[in-house]
Amino acid sequence: MTALVEVRGLHFRYGSGRRGAAAGWTLADISLALAAGGTLGIVGESGSGKSTLIRLMCGLLAPDEGTLTFDGRPVAGWLAAGRRAFLARNQIVFQNPRRSLDPRMTVARALAEPVRALEGREPGADELVAGLLRVGLQAEVLGRYPHQLSGGQLQRVAIARARSVRPAVLYADEPTSALDVSVQAQVLNLLMDLREALGLALVMVTHNLAVVARLTENVIVLNRGRIVEAGPTHEVLGSPADPYTAALVGAAADVSLAGAGWGAGGGGHGGGDGGAGGGGR
Amino acid sequence: MAEALPPSTAPGAAPGAAAAAPARRHLPPSLVIGAVLVALVVGVALLSYVWTPHDPARINVRARLAPVGTPGYILGTDRVGRDMLTQIIVGARTSLYVSIVATLVALVLGTALGLATAASEGARQSVMARAIDVGVAIPGILIALVLATALEPGNTASIIAIIFWFIPIAARVTIGPARQILALDYVEAAYAYGRSRAYILWRHVLPNISPILIVQASIMFAAGILVEASLSFLGIGAQPPVASWGRLLKEAQPMIDVAPGLMVFPGLAIMVAVLGFNILGDGLRAWLDPRQITQAGH
Amino acid sequence: MLAIRDLRVSVGALELVHIERLEIPEGRRVGLVGESGSGKSITAMSIAGLQPREARLAGSVRFAGRELVGLSDGDMARVRGARIGFIPQDPTRALNPTTRVGPQVAEALRLNTPLGRGAIRARVLELFAQVRLPEPAALYHRYPHQISGGQQQRVLIAMAIAARPALLVADEPTTALDVTVQNEILRLILELSRAERMAMLFVSHELGVVRAVCDDIGVVYGGRLVEFAPAGAIAARPRHRYTEALIGANPGLPAGDEIPRQSGRRFTVIDGSVPAAGRFPAGCRFRNRCRHATAACETDPPIAPGEAGAWVKCWHPVAAGGPP
Repeated sequence: MTALVEVRGLHFRYGSGRRGAAAGWTLADISLALAAGGTLGIVGESGSGKSTLIRLMCGLLAPDEGTLTFDGRPVAGWLAAGRRAFLARNQIVFQNPRRSLDPRMTVARALAEPVRALEGREPGADELVAGLLRVGLQAEVLGRYPHQLSGGQLQRVAIARARSVRPAVLYADEPTSALDVSVQAQVLNLLMDLREALGLALVMVTHNLAVVARLTENVIVLNRGRIVEAGPTHEVLGSPADPYTAALVGAAADVSLAGAGWGAGGGGHGGGDGGAGGGGR
Repeated sequence: MAEALPPSTAPGAAPGAAAAAPARRHLPPSLVIGAVLVALVVGVALLSYVWTPHDPARINVRARLAPVGTPGYILGTDRVGRDMLTQIIVGARTSLYVSIVATLVALVLGTALGLATAASEGARQSVMARAIDVGVAIPGILIALVLATALEPGNTASIIAIIFWFIPIAARVTIGPARQILALDYVEAAYAYGRSRAYILWRHVLPNISPILIVQASIMFAAGILVEASLSFLGIGAQPPVASWGRLLKEAQPMIDVAPGLMVFPGLAIMVAVLGFNILGDGLRAWLDPRQITQAGH
Repeated sequence: MLAIRDLRVSVGALELVHIERLEIPEGRRVGLVGESGSGKSITAMSIAGLQPREARLAGSVRFAGRELVGLSDGDMARVRGARIGFIPQDPTRALNPTTRVGPQVAEALRLNTPLGRGAIRARVLELFAQVRLPEPAALYHRYPHQISGGQQQRVLIAMAIAARPALLVADEPTTALDVTVQNEILRLILELSRAERMAMLFVSHELGVVRAVCDDIGVVYGGRLVEFAPAGAIAARPRHRYTEALIGANPGLPAGDEIPRQSGRRFTVIDGSVPAAGRFPAGCRFRNRCRHATAACETDPPIAPGEAGAWVKCWHPVAAGGPP
């Protein structure tokens, strides 16, 4: 198996000032691999560095140490040779769709942006409509502004926008946690549909272990910027080897004060006392 | 390209949550009052190009210091017999010309500086922001006086002085809101699909802070009118025979005991113009949707 | 102790909330769960007399034998100060930024208790200790911005329980907080309500949280309370089709050996999205998204009582025995 994305010994810290975990690193000693069409879940509590990690992987941030390769070639090399080729194959969807679409751009304009920026051409109306249908939206949405759409619809638009340049990897940063509980499942199913239909690789950051259990073959568990456990999802979550993972799983399965979703266990905001960095402050 | 949609995704296009037509906003009264006052000043200034009661430059010593209500000189005349009403009407031209040109230039340059500061990083940003703060802290009238004295007195001197005074103010007003927008996910998304920083500032940040800039422009027009009048009053702005409200005040000052009316009308004119733009600014602030000014979620 | 009958909250011609019945017996903790726009927060605020100015209340909210709907602002403020404690959603916006936190709590005591100056100060320090604020004496003199969000929320909890109210109303008390401190705040609220034997109305969008904190749970959708049941029953045996669909669409983490090896199994979904206020269908509010809806659902479903005080407002509820 050749990896599409490979991360080796990656370290990262934010510019000055920010207090990172793990001896000043926001992320330390991260290594992982993702096959073409594969799925990877990244779980951990807030502040574990999981959102930072996918921003590094999709080229929004640059690592301080370690190597990141995409399709056999270092990402730094990709970016130096002109960012477009790399960005077109690595796209990201954010947590809050209301913040990820410019309120002053129509859906049509927002959808056209990546094609214009990365392929240097103006997409036709039929191409935009096809992109919308693909995410379960109707053509009439094209002329609307973000404030005229619901959160679920906006997240579909954001997914369509990321998909419009036919990426090889789709990164999703907590793509449902800002949505109404009753529409979260729709968006998760959509991601699974797209992945299967288009052969996309999917990297998903979430705090909800139940989502990871369904969506991703592999999972890495981050705690304070380090990987504490990694492997096939059913093994890692089914029989966690690391105590931190066990605490997360326990909190998610237990109906204590940890439930994040509606289900019996919901997600795993949990482990409040577990390894939560700097709890009471 | 158009594979059929897999069935398990439910169409989310059900008549959407907020898809209802936005409720009609009614105009705030301050917007209407401000707009009427500003329209009055602008109308008078435009009128001066086609008609004035008298030739503004004409000196008529026989009619000097005519009191208010004199037939043909409703607002009276000054010490060399120039018609006050004519001077006021032509003065509106100078006031608007100087303040609008200066404010627009300052706004463009200041906004550009503010955007550049907001988009820069780390130490560079703090240095630029600090420099702008210093610029704001220096008393503007001092800058204006130094500049205007160094230059040949006249409207151009006023314009240049106002530009330098207002640039840091415009920049500072821009920085905060621009940073707020730059922190939003749609900016990060734009980076992720390959847009440059300049493009993002131009197409995402600028439109989203435009309500703030429009309000700021209106307030600056008012301040510009006041500064122009002050500079002309001090004799480093408009020079005879250019009519200016500030110059009228200056010339009326020695006559204050003989003809107090000479001070009243230019003063009123300045007040109406300044108040008009200020009230208009307030009205715009209330009217322009605040949700669009700060797009921080709901 | 608190009994609601046909409480309606409306703004202009728009009826946001219509709660037909809800009771909170003495010392019992009742949770309201719902999505954004369900009207759960405005219900809680209306009970505490903190509804927005433009909102009108109708119907009946009886609290300790007294009718709250129609009370003047002043009378309501007295009831709220002395008998009903309120914990808001966003602590950063609920504290006065220009006043030190200790005196803010002292002010609440001065207004609502007969205590003298010295006694008030002692009581504030006691409250700070009770909500487990570190170094109460030092913290007394801090300004809100000098303490963390979690500590601010503790100060507000102290303020809410200062006069030993009989009812505590908590409106999403942890939503604005960092996840790492959410659990601590929830535990604190739970322990305090137990120790002081306060009844509680607890509002949240997370069923898991409400289940952990409350004895009874009401599910809110489209401004209506659609189901009410003991906390244990609702997740295990939902009766309303909305509750059932939500739980189905958001399954918990399966037990270890049940996690599938193959990823990609789809979630069961609820079609459509939550309508905006005023755009819910007549009759059953959920019927346009419900897979079991029939013509009967066009008329408002009656309340069907179940076991142990539970009830459901649905024409086609899940059979009482529960799904297999």
